[in-house]
Amino acid sequence: MQPQDGAAPPAIELRGIDKRFGAVHANRAVDLTVHRGTIHGIIGENGAGKSTLMAILHGFYQADAGTILVNGRAATIRDSRDAIRLGIEMVHQHFMLVERFTVLENVMLGAEGGPLLARGAARARAAQKRPGAAHGGTGAPPPPPARARAELKRLGEAYGLSVDPDARIDELPVGAQQRVEILKALYRGAEVLILDEPTGVLTPQEADDLFRVLRALRDQGRTVLLITHKLREIMAITDRVSVMRAGQMVAHRETAATSPEELGELMIGRRLAAPAPRPAPQAGPVLLQAEGLSVRDAAGVERVKQVSLSLRGGEVLGIAGVAGNGQGELLEALAGMRAPSAGRIFLRGQQVFPGRGFNAAALRRQGLAHVPEDRLKSGLLRRQSAAACAILGHQDDPSWRRFGLLSPRAIAAHAARLMQAYDVRPPDPALRSGLFSGGNQQKLILGREIERDPAVLLVGQPTRGVDIGGIDSIHQRILACRAAGKAVLVVSVELDEILALADRIVVMFDGRIMGELTLAEADERRLGLMMAGMTREEAA
Amino acid sequence: MSAPLSLSRPLARLMAHPLPHWAEVALLPVLNLLLALGLTALLVWAMGSDPVAALAALAVGSLGSADAIGYTLYYATNMAFTGLAVAVAFQGGLFNIGAEGQAYLAGLGVALVALNLGALPPWLLVPLAMLGGAGFGAAWAAIPGWLQARRGSHIVITTIMFNFLAASLMVYLIVNVLIAPGSMAPETRRFPTAADLPDLSAFGFPSSAPVNLSLGLALLAALAVWLLVWRSPWGYALRALGESAEVARYAGIDAGRMIVQVMALSGALAAGVAVNELLGAQHKLLLAFTGGYGFTGIAVALMGRNHPLGVLLAALLFGALTQGGAELAFEVPDVPSEIVVLIQGLVILLTGALGNMLRRPVVVVLALLRRGG
Repeated sequence: MQPQDGAAPPAIELRGIDKRFGAVHANRAVDLTVHRGTIHGIIGENGAGKSTLMAILHGFYQADAGTILVNGRAATIRDSRDAIRLGIEMVHQHFMLVERFTVLENVMLGAEGGPLLARGAARARAAQKRPGAAHGGTGAPPPPPARARAELKRLGEAYGLSVDPDARIDELPVGAQQRVEILKALYRGAEVLILDEPTGVLTPQEADDLFRVLRALRDQGRTVLLITHKLREIMAITDRVSVMRAGQMVAHRETAATSPEELGELMIGRRLAAPAPRPAPQAGPVLLQAEGLSVRDAAGVERVKQVSLSLRGGEVLGIAGVAGNGQGELLEALAGMRAPSAGRIFLRGQQVFPGRGFNAAALRRQGLAHVPEDRLKSGLLRRQSAAACAILGHQDDPSWRRFGLLSPRAIAAHAARLMQAYDVRPPDPALRSGLFSGGNQQKLILGREIERDPAVLLVGQPTRGVDIGGIDSIHQRILACRAAGKAVLVVSVELDEILALADRIVVMFDGRIMGELTLAEADERRLGLMMAGMTREEAA
Repeated sequence: MSAPLSLSRPLARLMAHPLPHWAEVALLPVLNLLLALGLTALLVWAMGSDPVAALAALAVGSLGSADAIGYTLYYATNMAFTGLAVAVAFQGGLFNIGAEGQAYLAGLGVALVALNLGALPPWLLVPLAMLGGAGFGAAWAAIPGWLQARRGSHIVITTIMFNFLAASLMVYLIVNVLIAPGSMAPETRRFPTAADLPDLSAFGFPSSAPVNLSLGLALLAALAVWLLVWRSPWGYALRALGESAEVARYAGIDAGRMIVQVMALSGALAAGVAVNELLGAQHKLLLAFTGGYGFTGIAVALMGRNHPLGVLLAALLFGALTQGGAELAFEVPDVPSEIVVLIQGLVILLTGALGNMLRRPVVVVLALLRRGG
């Protein structure tokens, strides 16, 4: 079983971990052995219990039953401080960094301990303000930042984690922010590093950089636990992999001895259907067109710069790009949620912007449907029932009124039909929408939007937080809209998804379109380079 | 080690159960109220008085006779109106602190109609005076709404400031413009009797009690608010906005327009205080007739969980405390009358600020009972 030294105890051993949240049995008698100096992948669908298990290991939750052994010794992990003391560090999906602090300050935060923390950080900031301090050239440097700086340098060189220690976090690209997270963990003496979906926000090239770092960590004897739902990553970088499904550990494999197909089947518990070949697009008339569109965000920053695109009936246009490069603002502008600062929009040949009454409700009446990028923030009334969410945006429709008043019964009946047709589980219209799983929430929103038979369908991040079983059915729905002659625009940060859905792909970087590729021209490398800011020709 | 892990297990299991609906809406508020009364009794006892006598005086004084009930309902009417005003704005995510000023300005509208159109028959004059009040209250509330919608000025700040503006404006108008000729008292002349709202002597209340037809109006207003907020597309949009401005933007709900509209509605509801006070009881416009009901309305809405039914119940409670407190000061002289303000403060503290303090124990006790039974 153990790859190298049979005598050394495993870095982490979990025995019979069990955890319930009310009716949800998140972890059932989970066993896991992670050997020192390996990269161990944990793969599973959303909701399979991976994150709960890691949260237990990191002290965020306590298990209802079970034992944790660190280096062969039983350990009690009551909170993250216990975990850190044991050398277990977590790099979260959403970075836990102070944006206005420098790299150095962030790395030091929490590592000084006790009252020294405040003084050390303040000194670090003071040193920051002195001219020349950035180069470490002033006399009598206060010990903690200087020590931190030296240690940071050493770690950066040892693992290829180069980051300017004096850069402010909010000035760094996402990939560098992630390196800061890792540096922070190493600075605190991490022996075991847990990474939760680390590549979600990275370009393929940045992901490769990350993998190099992880390999360097492993080669120097540290242990890496990688949580992901991406089979490709598991195959590319892990030594061993454990598969979770429905709260249980269903298999442990040597990565070299398994295949993506086997892992996929283990994850969802059945054979994955091979994607059906798509018929060629039946391009119809142009239904949505944008010319020279510029969009500013709420803070007045121009996030979309001079974007032009057109969308025909019967085709899917994919917008690829690393999150935060203006796709979100573009989508909002096209959906009428945000007035552009310049440019023109045509919907079914009619100019809707500039124009009177340019808003989401008006465009919706003119045959536009929109599945928002962030369904929890925009697409659902989380504290209200699924039924209430099923009429969101269509609350003025007279068909749910009786005697001029909203009829809860008519709304519930409509919602029940919708939930039946789009396989939303559980099909209970009275249940609060916030309690459904991500995939079911998304199916509810998709159903609500498609049900109206729109001419144009805008979909942002169709399957973010949706498990594998759900991804397939959502993709089928979107492709069915294409087949029905609707014009579909898909914004996604998942390249796999763009490649699975789109007929044409445009890549956005820093608010601009870097170029357009047909599906045949697109491959991951080329798209990745364009996502990093190269034009179509440079990336050829 | 598994020992500390298994220790936390039963508690974790118990905490996972949410409260049943009835406990949420009924049990928790009642427990909080009892706790407030208990603390009051303790304080009265600490001051050297008899807590039992004090609480008894409070109960008898508020509910012990038809007259007492008449007064309790009269106060409750004011609080129901302001409570509804605060609650309806809150459904849209707006914290209207300005019901006091809106009710005050509404008094101007009521008085202008009643004083200037006195020749009209009652069936026309009374509704017109009500409309006048509602219009003035709505307009006074719509201005902060507009400022919030267009300029981003925070509604809490502006409505507070508008209370001061209203107070100053009304003092000026009553003392310098509307004062009854030859009078020293800062009040207008009496309204024509055609503007008097009928009392409720037909329902067995003594005519000495100031409760009047406005009570019925408050009940109708509560029903109307419920229909509007929970059964109309406008109310759906309002609640969507109240839950999340982002969702409202996605749904194409014009937040600015909704804010102005709901603030106007809120101000119109606050105008009910002017109707109850001026048309129902005082029959003239006088200084500071709003008596802090606008602020009590915040507590009423808070305790009533911003739902019309809850607001009515909370208004009844606060009305009883007000009336009972006046009697308490009279009956048990060594208890200072401020004790009522203290009780109200404790009720607000325990139902509002500390409303969830008892949640944990209640959850655990209910779960234990369920397991035992």
